[in-house]
Amino acid sequence: MNRLDRIAALKQAARERILILDGSWGVMIQRRGLSEEDFRGDRFADHDGQLKGNNDVLCLTRPDVIADLHDAYFAAGADISETNTFSATTIAQRDYSLEGAAYDINLEGAKLARAAADRWTARTPDKPRFAAGSIGPLNVMLSMSSDVNDPGARTVTFDQVYEAYREQVRGLYEGGVDLFLIETITDTLNCKAAIKAIMDLRDEEGHEELPIWISGTITDRSGRTLSGQTVEAFWNSVRHARPFAIGLNCALGADLMRPHIAELSRIADTLVAAYPNAGLPNAMGQYDEEPHETACSLHEWAESGIVNILGGCCGTTPDHIAHVAQSVAGLAPRALPERPTAMRLAGLEAFELA
Amino acid sequence: MRPVFVNIGERTNVTGSARFRKLVAEGDYPAALSVARQQVEAGAQVIDVNMDEGLLDSKAAMVTFLNLIAAEPDIARVPVMIDSSKWEIIEAGLKCVQGKAIVNSISMKAGEAEFIAQAKLCLRYGAAVVVMAFDEEGQADTAARKIAICERAYRILVDQVGFPPEDIIFDPNIFAVATGIEEHDNYAVDFIEATRVIKQTLPFARISGGVSNVSFSFRGNEPVRRAIHSVFLYHAINAGMDMGIVNAGDLPVYDDIEPELREAVEDVILNRTPKAGGSQTERLVDLAPKYKGDGSKVQVVDQAWRGLPVAERLAHALVNGITEFIDADTEEARLTVARPLHVIEGPLMDGMNIVGDLFGAGKMFLPQVVKSARVMKQAVAWLMPFMEAEKEGQPREQAGRILMATVKGDVHDIGKNIVGVVLQCNNYEVIDLGVMVPADRILDEAKAHNVDIIGLSGLITPSLDEMVFVAAEMERRGFDIPLLIGGATTSKTHTAVKIAPAYRAASTTYVLDASRAVGVVSQLLSKTDRAAFEAQTREDYVRVREQFARGQDQKTRTPIARARANRFAIDWTAAAPPKPTFTGTRSFASYDLKELAKYIDWTPFFASWELVGRFPAILDDDVVGEAARDLWKDAQAMLAKIVEENWFEARGVVGFWPAQSDGDDVVVYADESRTTELARLHTLRQQMAKTGDKANAALSDFIAPIGGPADWIGGFAVTAGHGESEIARRFKDAGDDYSAILAAALADRLAEAFAEAMHHRVRTDLWGFAPDEAFELDHLIGEKYRGIRPAPGYPAQPDHTEKATLFKLLDAEVQTGMKLTESFAMSPAAAVSGLYFSHPQAHYFGVGRIDRDQVADYAARKGWEVATAERWLAPILAYDPSGEPRGAAA
Repeated sequence: MNRLDRIAALKQAARERILILDGSWGVMIQRRGLSEEDFRGDRFADHDGQLKGNNDVLCLTRPDVIADLHDAYFAAGADISETNTFSATTIAQRDYSLEGAAYDINLEGAKLARAAADRWTARTPDKPRFAAGSIGPLNVMLSMSSDVNDPGARTVTFDQVYEAYREQVRGLYEGGVDLFLIETITDTLNCKAAIKAIMDLRDEEGHEELPIWISGTITDRSGRTLSGQTVEAFWNSVRHARPFAIGLNCALGADLMRPHIAELSRIADTLVAAYPNAGLPNAMGQYDEEPHETACSLHEWAESGIVNILGGCCGTTPDHIAHVAQSVAGLAPRALPERPTAMRLAGLEAFELA
Repeated sequence: MRPVFVNIGERTNVTGSARFRKLVAEGDYPAALSVARQQVEAGAQVIDVNMDEGLLDSKAAMVTFLNLIAAEPDIARVPVMIDSSKWEIIEAGLKCVQGKAIVNSISMKAGEAEFIAQAKLCLRYGAAVVVMAFDEEGQADTAARKIAICERAYRILVDQVGFPPEDIIFDPNIFAVATGIEEHDNYAVDFIEATRVIKQTLPFARISGGVSNVSFSFRGNEPVRRAIHSVFLYHAINAGMDMGIVNAGDLPVYDDIEPELREAVEDVILNRTPKAGGSQTERLVDLAPKYKGDGSKVQVVDQAWRGLPVAERLAHALVNGITEFIDADTEEARLTVARPLHVIEGPLMDGMNIVGDLFGAGKMFLPQVVKSARVMKQAVAWLMPFMEAEKEGQPREQAGRILMATVKGDVHDIGKNIVGVVLQCNNYEVIDLGVMVPADRILDEAKAHNVDIIGLSGLITPSLDEMVFVAAEMERRGFDIPLLIGGATTSKTHTAVKIAPAYRAASTTYVLDASRAVGVVSQLLSKTDRAAFEAQTREDYVRVREQFARGQDQKTRTPIARARANRFAIDWTAAAPPKPTFTGTRSFASYDLKELAKYIDWTPFFASWELVGRFPAILDDDVVGEAARDLWKDAQAMLAKIVEENWFEARGVVGFWPAQSDGDDVVVYADESRTTELARLHTLRQQMAKTGDKANAALSDFIAPIGGPADWIGGFAVTAGHGESEIARRFKDAGDDYSAILAAALADRLAEAFAEAMHHRVRTDLWGFAPDEAFELDHLIGEKYRGIRPAPGYPAQPDHTEKATLFKLLDAEVQTGMKLTESFAMSPAAAVSGLYFSHPQAHYFGVGRIDRDQVADYAARKGWEVATAERWLAPILAYDPSGEPRGAAA
């Protein structure tokens, strides 16, 4: 199958069943107990400063570990596995002075996910597997002030964020991902820069039109993104990307995320995706929600017909994903709602001119 | 609720608002933001931002303004219309908005290629777009051309670019009519016709336009312009116009326009020949001066309203605040009804409802509303004897009963009184317990009167704690009625974080200013709206609390030892500190009020009436100018009386003492031998992280240290408030709250002026370090002089308790008759006190938030328990004293 065939297969699968995304990478990598040397490998043996903790660099230095994790999640029943490139932008890699390696991490990360997906598709041809290029948020935000005394201050410009994402998108594309997953969005303007990078590359470098999956983060009970938008305002602000899927991930466990997914389910005329954390962290910063608990919550969502794609974020493991996959097997995916045509704008809140 | 016609706020447009242009040009972005906020509060559903002005760096201004808006949730909640004739400015703006904006505008002016390129970019940034009916040939004027261009643009956008049709807004060009040029006569009809056809033939597309163009030939005659806009919109909206850049709050209702004027305007808009024959333009031009509403016409109108039926005269008197005929009109009305009560429930309440509506719509301003209340009270006073004679006994039906009080320890009540009057205007019964009211009494009275709502007010920071206490008492005593919080130091954050959690049995709502009070109260007392309003407030406060908690974590404080090492270092060897002409105190009784009047800074006076703007420019402001001018006239008249009849007594005391700094303290000595410590003033040091050569300042840095050259410190306490409460009481008893509030506000201004005058005298004469300083009010207001006079309780020394030391040094109670309350508020309220520093490098600063280490140190220096220090310094603590130390938890 070439990429366009795979994209068609992905869209077909989404019509037939609830798709399953993989789970957390951080906790799984942590469990491997890797050393500073593992992170450095040969390539960065002489690099200044610590690299341990820079999980993305493992795509270059311990590709075997990354390939294992893709395998573990596909084995658990995931349809889609994400590249290990959440922070592989020049801006985020600057913390490790590895901005020069950002493109390579994306390229190799995409190849690893591609190879794993192809291995599993060959093994289970009736259940094709897909590689999603992970595009994470940045540690800098375009809508929020960087200085408490100066609300207008910003540490980066739109153009800088755009360039960083553009390089990441190019690496992921060339490494062979099937779709882009812009995830854990805390600032919609950052996300809009990533969307523009993807759209521009189609035009300017002839990229095939890959599906875009956009996943925001509601940070707390306020029901808003960190940059202050309601779920509906967020949707209105990114709808121009004509996303394959819109959804939420991270920050909340399933119980607190549910009302916001229900809201998206009502308003979004595209697939709805959710991958919550395994509950909220305990006092020690660890997630205690058991696989069957996560599965139980998500099963209810599927029964209620509010989701098309499910998976897990912080604290979830292959065991969680296996439980979720089993619990929703055979349940119908959410049907897309018809929404009346209307001009829908947004500030922090949505505005509709019907 | 989905709007039928979308009002796009036009006041953040430099081409449309002279005031906004000036603010941006001067870089006064805080004020420019408040313009945006006012628009959103007034109901603008989208705000148009335009920075196209030759003298501005328009691109930078667009970016700066949009970035600032992003930090203001009150403003950023609505979408932005990014308005410029230059694409590069539009694109810079698109890079600053996270929401989905509207681009205003693009067109085929420079051909299809550029049009397509710009449309594609709009699609990639995610924006709706306004398309001007403009092509290579020029702007479309006839209906046929407008339709043809819009259709062509629509096909390109939808078929070639893939633009969603529902995100296309056409602006088919509104041009001026009645210009005297015949070809222009059909312009409005052309627009309306084009609108009708476009809406029918181009599915989902929208129509917008800049409405004020249409009346351009009548500039200078606002009433006629507004009538033209109103009539134009009436027809254009019927034809399908969806949105417009217009100050809609300002427009007369179509049906309310004088029939004669409306018909003439309609003839012009619809290009009809007048019934009387001749040209419709000439007809309107002839008629226009009659409706201009300039000074000379007001007289005519004045007399005219006397000929109206009595109910309308009463309404007119209420809306315009005219007491002249109110007794006679009320009497006349009384004779037409069965019972005197019916006058109140009928024409008077009808009139007040009009006032309430106009105020709610932003068409009347506070001073005008308070004047309306005066008229109402006078009318009711006239009816009282008749009602008593009738022995009705039953009080009239009220919308609700609200108890208001300034909390214990605080004496400030101007804002509270304004809120009280506004509520009374809206038919609420207000029980005002006055100032310095202890929690017990507030709650006892609330029970006794069975009130529906309790409102607490306060101005000084210790009142914040007292409010928390009242809230906790309400909880303990089982109250379940809503609590309102207002006053200068109160805030939504404090209400959400501290007060609301203390009173869980019912809702607590922060009321930003008097104009919100009626909305909040009516929703809280409404059977249908209450639950939704409370839920919304609760949700909002949860968010505020979370934001606050996040903010707490981000504020890293510098350890006090390091902050001290980074003190504001003055080179004491450069010049010897100047010696005052005397040491000890000197008092000034019955200071000349006429002299003080010269020193008044009027800008805060207008602010106390919620009229925002700088004096004297505010008098010409296009929104509040009229209200400001009337208020100014009344203030001048009363000020003349205050001076002439000596309503208030101004008393003050100043003192100078030998002093040296000792760390963050200032030691005040009994005499020049500098051996006996008379008192010790304590100061607080900034602990925010400083960069570069910026210091962590404390006031003690401005006094030479022990062992350094001899130095001195000064102090003062002045009041212009003796007599004020008696005067205010007299007005109130006469039912004239307007004058009562005016008198209090003027006493406040005179006290501030007294402080300013005294400081000037200290600099030029009593301390005498600047003998040649010229008197220029602007310089004083701009603080362009040597030395400072910081007041305890204000940003440079936020601890109010330091006033006790100052008052003792000055013997202020005896010398001036002023007292301190248990919260260290000064009584009378119109008073100012502070310290004098002479060093040329002394400057004002804000201490900001301080950490545990300094609080412990400060407590030790003051001889307090740490808990006591935490109570007095609560508003500036960088930590939650009840919680765990920051950083201790994982």
